[in-house]
Amino acid sequence: MAYSDKVLDHYTNPRNVGTLDKSSTDVGTGLVGAPECGDVMRLQIKVNPQTHVIEDAKFKTFGCGSAIASSSLATEWIQGRTVDDALKISNTDIVKELALPPVKIHCSVLAEDAIRAAINDWKKKHPEAQPAPADAKAIG
Amino acid sequence: MSGNGHHENGGPLPPGIKLPIYMDNHATTPMDSRVLQAMLPYFTEKFGNAASRNHQFGWEAEAAVETAREQVAKLIGATAKEIIFTSGATESDNLAIKGVAEMYREKGNHIITAVTEHKAVLDTCKRLEKYGYKVTYLPVKADGLVDLDQLKAAMTDKTILVSIMAANNEIGVLQPLEEIGKLCRERGIFLHSDAVQALGKVPLDVNKMNIDMASLTGHKLYGPKGCGALYVRRRNPRVQLSAMIDGGGHERGMRSGTLNVPGIVGFGKACEISMNEMAEESRRVGALRDRLKQKLTAELDEVFINGTMDHRLPGNLNISFLYVEGESLLMGINDIAVSSGSACTSATLEPSYVLKSLGLGDDVAHSSIRFGIGRFNTEAEVDYVAGRLVEVVKKLRELSPLYEMVKEGIDLTKIQWQAESH
Repeated sequence: MAYSDKVLDHYTNPRNVGTLDKSSTDVGTGLVGAPECGDVMRLQIKVNPQTHVIEDAKFKTFGCGSAIASSSLATEWIQGRTVDDALKISNTDIVKELALPPVKIHCSVLAEDAIRAAINDWKKKHPEAQPAPADAKAIG
Repeated sequence: MSGNGHHENGGPLPPGIKLPIYMDNHATTPMDSRVLQAMLPYFTEKFGNAASRNHQFGWEAEAAVETAREQVAKLIGATAKEIIFTSGATESDNLAIKGVAEMYREKGNHIITAVTEHKAVLDTCKRLEKYGYKVTYLPVKADGLVDLDQLKAAMTDKTILVSIMAANNEIGVLQPLEEIGKLCRERGIFLHSDAVQALGKVPLDVNKMNIDMASLTGHKLYGPKGCGALYVRRRNPRVQLSAMIDGGGHERGMRSGTLNVPGIVGFGKACEISMNEMAEESRRVGALRDRLKQKLTAELDEVFINGTMDHRLPGNLNISFLYVEGESLLMGINDIAVSSGSACTSATLEPSYVLKSLGLGDDVAHSSIRFGIGRFNTEAEVDYVAGRLVEVVKKLRELSPLYEMVKEGIDLTKIQWQAESH
């Protein structure tokens, strides 16, 4: 299968690889997928408690190149956005940006799920923030 | 991370390395130049139809085919008349299984095979099930081998055929054909073996192993694609087959169609070369495989060898680099041609059924790489491949949440994964 240049770029130079302290109250962690399915993404966000702006994002992904690229791109896009704004990112935006073929759409879905799961985790630690929409569950 | 390898990153390539490196010799093999030389005249000046009985052109072609028939037969301890040329092993598997099923329908309707067989065998059996045949798909043990007691227990008075491969195309394990043949002979059941991966790599003797039919192909032993054969035993016992392709009555009526003379000449030559060089070559290729395995296991933790190492093709290594997904690994070593059992690399988006049948989790299959070392691989290539694998696996593990969790002592099986259905 031929990969798009953007997938290759994110695979070769993944952005924001790493780990944040998941016990910190400012950090939300999303862990989605399953090893048996061949992809697991962990996306973490560090949120400013006053402004609700995502100040840092890190990921680690077990999965194919498209899964790595989708999560790498997601960490780029959510940084600097408020958590509510970040929730507006949809998997179709990722598909478009990375030119993912139909068999790789689930990678983008997983990345969207990871964003939502991380934000939900942060919101659980911050009941004063708006609850996430009901449909924002971890797995679509 | 580098997905491009040393050559594009400025570093010099080690001497003797030309990229890309081909190490996928279970898929197909490059043709030996000696084979090509033998074939060339049969495309041009010696173009005759082997079935033309009345002129020089036909006689020349027929003589070449008969020489090839002897060369193929010799490699498996058969006689020339027992070799039926086909278009390849998929056709041979179809002819053997469907041909016996149709011919011996009154004797019985039960076939035994194993879950790790090639799809050419499994799907042929599935089709026969639609026509009322019963098929037993034997499981394999964790080492990839068939359990002889289970085979024995599966045999009934209605069993007409056992089809068990000689060597597996993914994990390279060698089934105990001699013991299987003995069991089949005792019960008067025909034994068919898909022997494409074993042919020319390990000794095969149809009489010692009591094999009644064997599927063979040229392109796995440095011969041409599009030319295979079915060995069909002629005596003790004689196997009769219903033809699948009717027509001019070629190949003793079992496979009509004008013979692919250049292909057959090449297939024969490839068998002759293997006959002469197999002993030395298997030692050399086996040493390369062991060197690759040693380097990978010495420099990486959390690796798992799939299938037994005790009964295995010399050139095969199937290894799972746990917590790294196979397709992403292939992407990182794109200057090396190998295969993966990962779902993402298969047309069906299912992980390898062969690896799953060993009782391993899907995650082990997703992380697997199949190396197929062959005649033209070198020690320098093995060292380069090992180095690239170690480099890319380590980089992908820095990216892997699973590897991090395991290193922190987390038991991944205790985590409630949100398994989606895609």
